[in-house]
Amino acid sequence: MAEKISNKDVFFNPFSKTNPVVVQVLGICSVLAVTAKLEPAIVMGISVIAVLAFANVIISLLRNTIPTNIRIIVQLVVVAGLVVIVEQLLRAFAYDVALQLSVFIGLIITNCILMGRLEAFAMGNKPWPAFLDGVGNGIGYAIILIIVGFFRELLGSGTLLGFQVVPDSWYTAGYVNNGLMILPPMALVVVACIIWVQRARNKDLQEAQ
Amino acid sequence: MLKKYLDKVKPHFEPGGKLQSLHSVFDGFETFLYTPNTTSRSGVHIHDNIDSKRVMIIVVIALLPCLLFGMYNCGYQNYLGSGATDFPFWSILLYGFLAVLPRIVVSYVVGLGIEFIVAQWRREEIQEGFLVTGILIPLICPIETPLWMLAVATAFSVIFVKEVFGGTGYNVFNVALVTRAFLFFAYPAQMSGDKVFVSTEPILGLGGQVTFADGVSGATALGQLATAEPGYHATNIIGGAISQWDAFLGLIPGSFGETSTLAICIGAIILLATGIASWRIMLSVVAGGLFMGWIANVCATPTYPVAYLSPLDQLLYGGFAFAAVFMATDPVTAARTNAGKWIYGFLTGVIAILIRVYNNGYPEGAMLAVLLMNAFAPLIDYCVVQSNINRRMRRLKAKA
Repeated sequence: MAEKISNKDVFFNPFSKTNPVVVQVLGICSVLAVTAKLEPAIVMGISVIAVLAFANVIISLLRNTIPTNIRIIVQLVVVAGLVVIVEQLLRAFAYDVALQLSVFIGLIITNCILMGRLEAFAMGNKPWPAFLDGVGNGIGYAIILIIVGFFRELLGSGTLLGFQVVPDSWYTAGYVNNGLMILPPMALVVVACIIWVQRARNKDLQEAQ
Repeated sequence: MLKKYLDKVKPHFEPGGKLQSLHSVFDGFETFLYTPNTTSRSGVHIHDNIDSKRVMIIVVIALLPCLLFGMYNCGYQNYLGSGATDFPFWSILLYGFLAVLPRIVVSYVVGLGIEFIVAQWRREEIQEGFLVTGILIPLICPIETPLWMLAVATAFSVIFVKEVFGGTGYNVFNVALVTRAFLFFAYPAQMSGDKVFVSTEPILGLGGQVTFADGVSGATALGQLATAEPGYHATNIIGGAISQWDAFLGLIPGSFGETSTLAICIGAIILLATGIASWRIMLSVVAGGLFMGWIANVCATPTYPVAYLSPLDQLLYGGFAFAAVFMATDPVTAARTNAGKWIYGFLTGVIAILIRVYNNGYPEGAMLAVLLMNAFAPLIDYCVVQSNINRRMRRLKAKA
């Protein structure tokens, strides 16, 4: 970290300006996989927030004692431990959602956002900013997940959180749910639309032509 | 007279006129109706005597036989299904015309509407690419596709396949085929099965109510074969067997404009005679289809009943011929180099039959095959160009 940034920026920048999904384009795989319904998207978002925040804090505390050449291994061990805790908690208290998310909770270990934040931030900052950075990036990720999940469940299944929102009269009038929205490719298109809207509003994010 | 009127209102659309903001709309109409009289003033320009609007119109003319036959077939299937005994030619044609008209209107209004808005927004000329796409979309969709689905799919593919890549000439995938693929994956129940390929309701007193008898299917020949026992013979909607001649003429259930191999051949002749479509692609797609059809036929097993079709039948049934003539040859999305065209076409043909035969879930593979090869076309071109460069480099070295 060459220049000093305030804790406020550390927390709020990932919401939009340095959003891990739509600006840094990290963690796309899980965005495609878990957003067919809103509920797993929310649970996944919360899980990533928790894992990222605590992993950031732990690595930040250890940052001066970790030998440089084995730092990735140490980071992985910390993240894996946290992921196992989250997975067990989900199985205990939200079994159905845990089944829907299947391997993707486990795959948080390999989520690029985590390694990115640990390497880029937690290794060089004190625990409190690292905690804020973890929560901020986790929320940035969760926001995108929830937006994508919202549109995919609404258009693909006509429901939100499992409750039917498209009125029955529409179905009798010939409306049909869009089956493509259930398939992963449409998540990519929805993410692309979010990027489109975001860059149209923030001129400084647009790449030079 | 029209020309005079256009010239009279033109100043309003020039910069400074009161309707300046609608310049691109006016320009689109004017150059559509008349070849523009402005010429380039500087440098050396090589001009062909046709511009891309004229090319598009010739393609539309080449599609007319398919469209007209599609209308006739649509009416014919309805009359046949509703138990008519005589088939008055003009009523049948009129019925088909009325059935397809809303679809053509929807496709053009949605597609051109988006093109106009984008052109205005970017302050560019209106691009003419949708002229052909707009007529292709109704031709490759089942006649019973609900209109709003057609509108959604058209909007999706025009925005996400064409405009985001930069408009006509920059699209990676064939816009009409993406429309169909979108419908196929988003609304599978409305895009396949045994009810959608025959128009069942009477329109303006023409035609009749079609009721399907038990055990008789309105599915396409390929759709029936995909789930049938070996040795099964595809039937038409009243249970009669479909002969090879029927399949060639096109009096079978299927997507609107793709049933008649005869009408497609007429279109192919127009395209080839005017030099618009590449004969290399057409020939190699057919060769690829025949080759793969032959292989499938030789190693046919009961698990994949479509493999029992002879290679010739493979060409006659379904959308294969239509894809070979009008889809694979799309100059924007196909390979550009001559050697590349051979590879591109041959693989399209092979993959189309491969999907059709060995994936019982997708009775029609031509659409997916063309889209897949669209994605590979730039790679094929790159390899061809690169090998050409390497060969010349070697020759240079050998001389030196």
